[in-house]
Parts: sequence; C-alpha cells; structure tokens
Amino acid sequence: MSVLIDDVSREIDGRRILDSIRAELDDGTVTGVLGPNGAGKSTLLRVIAGIDRPTSGRVLLDADDVHAMRRRDAAQRIALLEQSAELATELTVIDVVLLGRIPHRRGLLGSFDSGDDRAIALRALDSVGAAEFAARSWHSLSGGERQRVQIARALAQEPRMLLLDEPTNHLDVSAQLSLLAHVRKLGLTSVAAIHDLNLAAAYCDKLIVLSAGALVAAGTPTEVLTPELIRRVYGTESDVIRHPRHGGPLVVYAMEGAAMDGAVSVQRDRLADHAQTPQPSRA
Amino acid sequence: MATRTAAEPARAPASTRQQAAQRLARPARLRYATVTVALVIALVVVGCFAVTVGPAGVSLADVVSSVSHHLGVPGVASPPLLTDSIVWQLRMPRVLTAAAVGAGLAISGSVMQSITRNPLADPYLLGVSSGASLGAVAVLVLGISFALPPAAFVGAFLALIATLSIARTGGSLSTGRAVLAGLAIAQLCAAGTSFVIFWSAKGDSYRDILNWLLGSLAGSTWDTTLISVAALIIVGGLIIVLAPRLDAFAFGDTAASALGINVTATRWLFLGAVAVLTGAMVSVSGAIGFVGLILPHIVRGFSGPSHRRLLPAAALAGATFLVIADTAARTVFDPRELPVGIITAFIGVPVFIVLIKRRRIA
Repeated sequence: MSVLIDDVSREIDGRRILDSIRAELDDGTVTGVLGPNGAGKSTLLRVIAGIDRPTSGRVLLDADDVHAMRRRDAAQRIALLEQSAELATELTVIDVVLLGRIPHRRGLLGSFDSGDDRAIALRALDSVGAAEFAARSWHSLSGGERQRVQIARALAQEPRMLLLDEPTNHLDVSAQLSLLAHVRKLGLTSVAAIHDLNLAAAYCDKLIVLSAGALVAAGTPTEVLTPELIRRVYGTESDVIRHPRHGGPLVVYAMEGAAMDGAVSVQRDRLADHAQTPQPSRA
Repeated sequence: MATRTAAEPARAPASTRQQAAQRLARPARLRYATVTVALVIALVVVGCFAVTVGPAGVSLADVVSSVSHHLGVPGVASPPLLTDSIVWQLRMPRVLTAAAVGAGLAISGSVMQSITRNPLADPYLLGVSSGASLGAVAVLVLGISFALPPAAFVGAFLALIATLSIARTGGSLSTGRAVLAGLAIAQLCAAGTSFVIFWSAKGDSYRDILNWLLGSLAGSTWDTTLISVAALIIVGGLIIVLAPRLDAFAFGDTAASALGINVTATRWLFLGAVAVLTGAMVSVSGAIGFVGLILPHIVRGFSGPSHRRLLPAAALAGATFLVIADTAARTVFDPRELPVGIITAFIGVPVFIVLIKRRRIA
C-alpha cells in the first residue's frame, strides 16, 4: 500500500504540532521518522493511522482518505505499535494477539474468537518465534518478548501497513536488531519512529526528519544523514562514515567531554583491554 | 525421564510447536460453560431457599403453590393468606430485587473497570450513588417516602450529567477527567446529604436514612423489582450486546482506536449506560458497596478477559452473591435487620485483600 501524506498540519490549542508535512511512502518500503523529542513523530504516526485528525491536509492510503474511512476499515489496513503498551488486566499472550482480530469481526455472532481467528493468531505468534509463549501471562514477559508479541498482534490484524512508535525503546541491542530485521522481512509498507540514527540508517529505505513539527529532510539514509543536518536538528557534532559491513552511513558522534579511556586503548591497539586503571588526567 | 527430556531437540518443528501452543492456548470454554451453568443453578437454588428463610417458617411447597397461584397456573390452591402474603408480597420481590441489583452492579463494575482501566473502579465512580443519596435523603426528610426511587434516580442522573459535562472537553471525553469530576461531584453531593440530614432529619427518619446510605433491600416491593429488573434487562442487555467493543480497550484508548473502535462514542455510550443502570439500582436499594468492585475480579479468573463471557457470568455471580448477602442481612441477627451493605463490606473486604495478595489486582 502506498501512502501520500498531503500537506498535513495539526494544531492543538493553537500550537502547531505538525506543520504542512508532505511525504510519499512507496509500497513495501520501510520509512524511518527521525527527530528530537517533541518534534511530532508520534503525532505524525497517529495522524497516518487515522487516530488523530489533521487540522488541514489529508492522508491517502492508495487513493482513500484515511480520515474519511470508518475506524474499522482503517484498522483493517493499518496496525499501530504504540510506544509503551501498558496492560491493566491479566491477559495471556494469545489473548493479546487475538486483540488484532477485532477489526475483522463482524456482527453480533462474530464477537467470539472463531477457530480461524485462533489459527491466524497462532501463525502470527509462530512467525515472530513466540509460539511457546501462547499461554503465558503478558506480565511475565520481558521487554523484548513483549515487543515480539505486539508485532504478532499487529500481524494478526493482517494489515497492509505497519506503524511503529519507537519500537526499539527499552530493548537490548540484540532485540533491537532482530526486531527491525523482522519488520524489514515482512515486506509491509512500514513507518517507524526511531531515535537511534544508526538503526534507522541500517534498516530503513527512506528517512524523514522532523524538527518542531516541520519536515526538514527526506530521502535515503545516505542523502539525509549528514553532519550538517545532525547539527541543525539535534545540535550535536558528528562525523558520518561508511559502515564497514553494509556500506551505508554510520553516524559517529563527536562526544565532547567523553572519557579518555577509549582514546588510550585505541593507541595501544587493544580495544577490549579494560584491566588498566583509568588515568586520572582527563580532557 | 530426565534423559529423554534432555535428548529432545531444543526446538521442535513448527507444526509441533503450533500444536503445543494450540493445546496450551485453547480457551477454557468447557470450564466457562460449566461454571456458568453452575451459577445459574446456584442462583435458582439460592433464590428458592432465600424465600423460605425468615422469621416466619415457609416451606418450599408453600412457595411453589403461592407463586403458581399468582402466575395463574390452573388448579393450584393458594396457601394460607398469611403465608401467601409473606411469600408473594414480602420475600419474592425482595429476592428478585436483590438478584437484579446484584447483577446490575456486577455488570456496571466490570464495565467501569475496563473502560477506566482501573482495577479499583466501581459503579459509583462517577458520583452516581452520591447524587442518588442526596435525592433520596431529601425526599425521606420531607416525609414522602413513596417518591424515593424516582427522587434517587433523578439525583443520580443529575450527578451524572454534572460529572460528564465537567469531564468533556470539545466533544471528547477523557476517562481520567471523568473520574476526577465524579470525585468532585460525589463530595459535593455528600456534603449536601449531610447538610440535609443535619438540618432537618428527625427521630425515625434517621433510621431510614442510615439504612439507605449503607445500602439496604428492606424497602423492596414489586415496584422496586420492576424498576431493577427492567433496567437490568434493557440497559444490562444493551451493555452485554455491545460488550465485545470493551475488549479493545485492554491496552488503552490509542490501541482501541487503532483496532477500529470509535473511542469517544464508545466511551460516552458505556459510561452513560453504566450510569443509568447504576442509578436505577441505587434508586431502589441505596449504594450497596463491594458487589461491583469484587465480583468482576473473581469472575475474570475463570471467564478470561473476553467481555462477552465476563459480563453474563459477573451478572449471575453478582445476583447470587447479593441474594445470599441479603438473606444473611435479614436473618442472622433476627429480629434485628442489618443493612445489606454492611454484610457485603464484611465479606467484600477480606476477599479484596485475598485478591491483592494473589495479585489478581494491580
């Protein structure tokens, strides 16, 4: 599903959260949304999902205006993974995944989980390697396991587009990498708000950068991630080098005021050696 | 055994994994059905028993013949006049009202807990009971007790409208604001109630007022039965029909919206329905505590989170529980009668503590 974000603005109490955003997302691509805290990333995702209304402009899914659709029709096409999903009651993992079937239920009799729903939910769980968790309580899962189950929930929704709001938050490095690799493998049109520039560079086809609600850059990671842009948007000095493995951009921050231990180790050509007592003299 | 387990591959093939998951994840349908049928039987048995219990001995045969006689079953002789009026005029309406009120409160409590995502929510969270109390006490003090249910209902309804109009901002309705607004309105109504009592209550009206504030079914008549049963069937029925929409709120409003629920409309609908249902129940019995708070938690233990399963089971459990509690309230300390709200609190608080300890709550 291709998406056109057509001159979208959103104001709350006269404050512009999004300012005339224009972007086109091609079918099957992964787009990263970058920008500092409060830049409007979450709001943009919520507007694309049809949850928040734009004050002006529109979002077209293929040719249909998402805000003119019934909520349920939109939910059949778009799945959203929220930043932090808190659960108030006791639910098992399979119950959580079955929530994804809600937009597909019809009428009064369709209000129970059918055998089909269960099969779809179990397939979704299996595809994220979480079939073993099915009967476990949601509260017993680790952060990484929860994110996998949330992906399964989103997949059970059988969407054509996946929106992810900081999906790698609170995950350890390996969970971050495998989650984003999994999202890529799905082949769905995906939009992810991501804080880590290097994760975004590695796993997204395109990046768009928001700053104070306005779109300040869009394009491939190589086009977008430059020291100038990073300085302008984040106020942070950096170098952008070639990633030694995949050849894409790799952002290396200047890190003023960092500990000198690293520099000493590099000089001694022994990166892993931490046995040495740190020198008292620091920059 | 241990060696065999160890020899098994670390990861079974996909099909086996799915089967294992399927076996694990199969819903406890059988268990749910069993418990629900058991609850229906329990309600009927408890109800019949409750009609026979009391200061005047009444046999089950008397109950059957009295009820059959009044329902116009041909060829059934009415039992002696006194027995008949005890069964038909006093105990039947009381037991039926208790059952309907218990069911209504349990449904209301379940819905409030789900829609506010707060395990401590109860049916009275929006100030409904305090508004009803103010209306009822005002009428009691004026000495026109026949107008009590309508006055209580009007009080409940006005309190609800005040709460929701404070809570709503630009067409949308935030649950957090609704709860806070409910708190404010409840405090205001409580102050108003105290003022009325302090200013003008005399002698015997104190007792009525106390009864009413603590929650009591002593005033049950066929009128209160009609009000509570009608509210249960119409509003409770509507809630149960629309119940599946509540499932989507498990992860909050945004998640519900992302699952295709029109959040604001759904919330208005459920909060309004709960307020009418609770208002009707409070208007006949006062604010009986703990039924709407505790029973949803207990029932979730076997019904699972699906509201289509939870709500009917909660209704049955609430009805059975309140019939038992009310029978105890009017018989255990015979000839004195306790307001049933005291009994539900004595039972409810320990159960609540057990639930906290077992971490069903929080």
